[in-house]
Amino acid sequence: MAKIVEPVIAVDQLVKVYKTTRAVDGISFGLEGGSITGLLGGNGAGKTTTIAMIMGLVMPTSGTVRVLGADMPRQRYHVLHKMNFESPYVDMPHRLTVRQNLKVFGRLYAVEDLDARIATLAESLDLTEFLDRPTGKLSAGQKTRVALAKALINSPQVLLLDEPTASLDPDTADWVRSHLEQFRKERGATVLLASHNMAEVERLCERVIIMKRGRIEDDDTPQRLLVRYGRQTLEEVFLDVARGRGEAREAAQ
Amino acid sequence: MSAAATSAITLAPHRIGAMVLRYVYLLRSSWTRLLELIYWPAVQLFVWGFLQFYIAQNSGFFARASGVFIAAVLMWDVLFRGQLGFSVSFLEEMWSRNLSNLMISPLRPIEFVCALMIMSLIRLAIGMLPVTFLAMAFFGFNVYGLGLALAAFFVNLILTSWAVGIVVAGVLLRNGMGAESLAWTLMFVLMPLACVYYPVSVLPSWLQAIAWTLPPTYVFEGMRALLMEHVIRIDLMLEAFVLNVLYFAAGVFAFLQLLKSARRVGSLLQSGE
Repeated sequence: MAKIVEPVIAVDQLVKVYKTTRAVDGISFGLEGGSITGLLGGNGAGKTTTIAMIMGLVMPTSGTVRVLGADMPRQRYHVLHKMNFESPYVDMPHRLTVRQNLKVFGRLYAVEDLDARIATLAESLDLTEFLDRPTGKLSAGQKTRVALAKALINSPQVLLLDEPTASLDPDTADWVRSHLEQFRKERGATVLLASHNMAEVERLCERVIIMKRGRIEDDDTPQRLLVRYGRQTLEEVFLDVARGRGEAREAAQ
Repeated sequence: MSAAATSAITLAPHRIGAMVLRYVYLLRSSWTRLLELIYWPAVQLFVWGFLQFYIAQNSGFFARASGVFIAAVLMWDVLFRGQLGFSVSFLEEMWSRNLSNLMISPLRPIEFVCALMIMSLIRLAIGMLPVTFLAMAFFGFNVYGLGLALAAFFVNLILTSWAVGIVVAGVLLRNGMGAESLAWTLMFVLMPLACVYYPVSVLPSWLQAIAWTLPPTYVFEGMRALLMEHVIRIDLMLEAFVLNVLYFAAGVFAFLQLLKSARRVGSLLQSGE
């Protein structure tokens, strides 16, 4: 008999209510190991809250989140060492040098042979010359690479990214995407990427979940979404969903 | 106890060490932070030291009670700076918007608290050790001459300071930077009630009852008994210790409840105002 493999991330009927606002409204999805999935949605769609509940940072009002078999946030300490997160909205201590920051996080994640790991990451993320500079003195692009180094310090099995290329110039953003693609292939990590950048999602993701007002409006591969909506780009698909044209199109068919 | 609960209270020295290292790096990177640790205790010492000189010259009673104000100011600084050392280290995470990084790392809340307690001791040592030597040099007051009693005073005061620091950290987690002023002011609520510079007997009787619910009151009474009557009040130190154990446990419980509430309302996502 075939063994049923539980998704690496399993979200079931997840709801989050802040006072009177339903930030996340009964969403369900599962992410297979080694997959890279885009979580699309406009401002206030519920992407960040969803990611925060997956990390155990926010407690769901109802529903469940399981990561690598652990019930979040109750059993979060069973799996947090196998996860990591990057967001431009979370900083690292500015006065500490890049090396000091990576040492602190490397120790928190009990990374073995930490000095070698920092050297490898610094080399692959082009940070070697900045290792002994205070993190706060770096440019936005360099800081993003440092945040990425922190997110990869423990070679996570599950990597959560919240708009990882926001506020970066196109060249640096492209560079970050290439690196993420390479990491995912080498490590076989499961990646969930919340983004506003359709080109980024189209390039990186093999599956796209589109959220609107806390609900999942669509969930498919980028290619199938383009075909179903009769569009050339994901941006057009996103606008159809955001403006309710997707429902009208389906009703017309 | 469930596996999840056991896992949440596991202590890993490497994670506590990582957090202490983070704060040591920060202190090493900023001479202003180091100077600040010594500056206020030294100013306080000189103000109260010279006041003590003046009063002693004009009062036989205070002349006999040599060093009581200086001892009081040093003990008060252990209490206040101990809590501040704890709270400021915690605030550093909020100021640098690093809290989410820590909260999604394997660092347990109890390990975070342990690291903050260690930092409170380190910051206190940096600030207070030089000041105790200044007290010897300028006012001829040797706080180390209090002997074992000093250890009892210190343990009781630092436990109270941590209990308050833990509650402040919980409130900051739950309410964000809007509650920052608590870190700087909460301990001052205790100051008149803990009878730092005067005996409990000067308070109205209803206020005395409140004062005796605070562990520092026992320490300051014990300190005056030692300096003015040359009596070591072990009974007061033990009573203070029992109260401190209760306050510390209540502080940890409040912190964990506030953290849980922060997860419920989503305040760990935004650590701003």
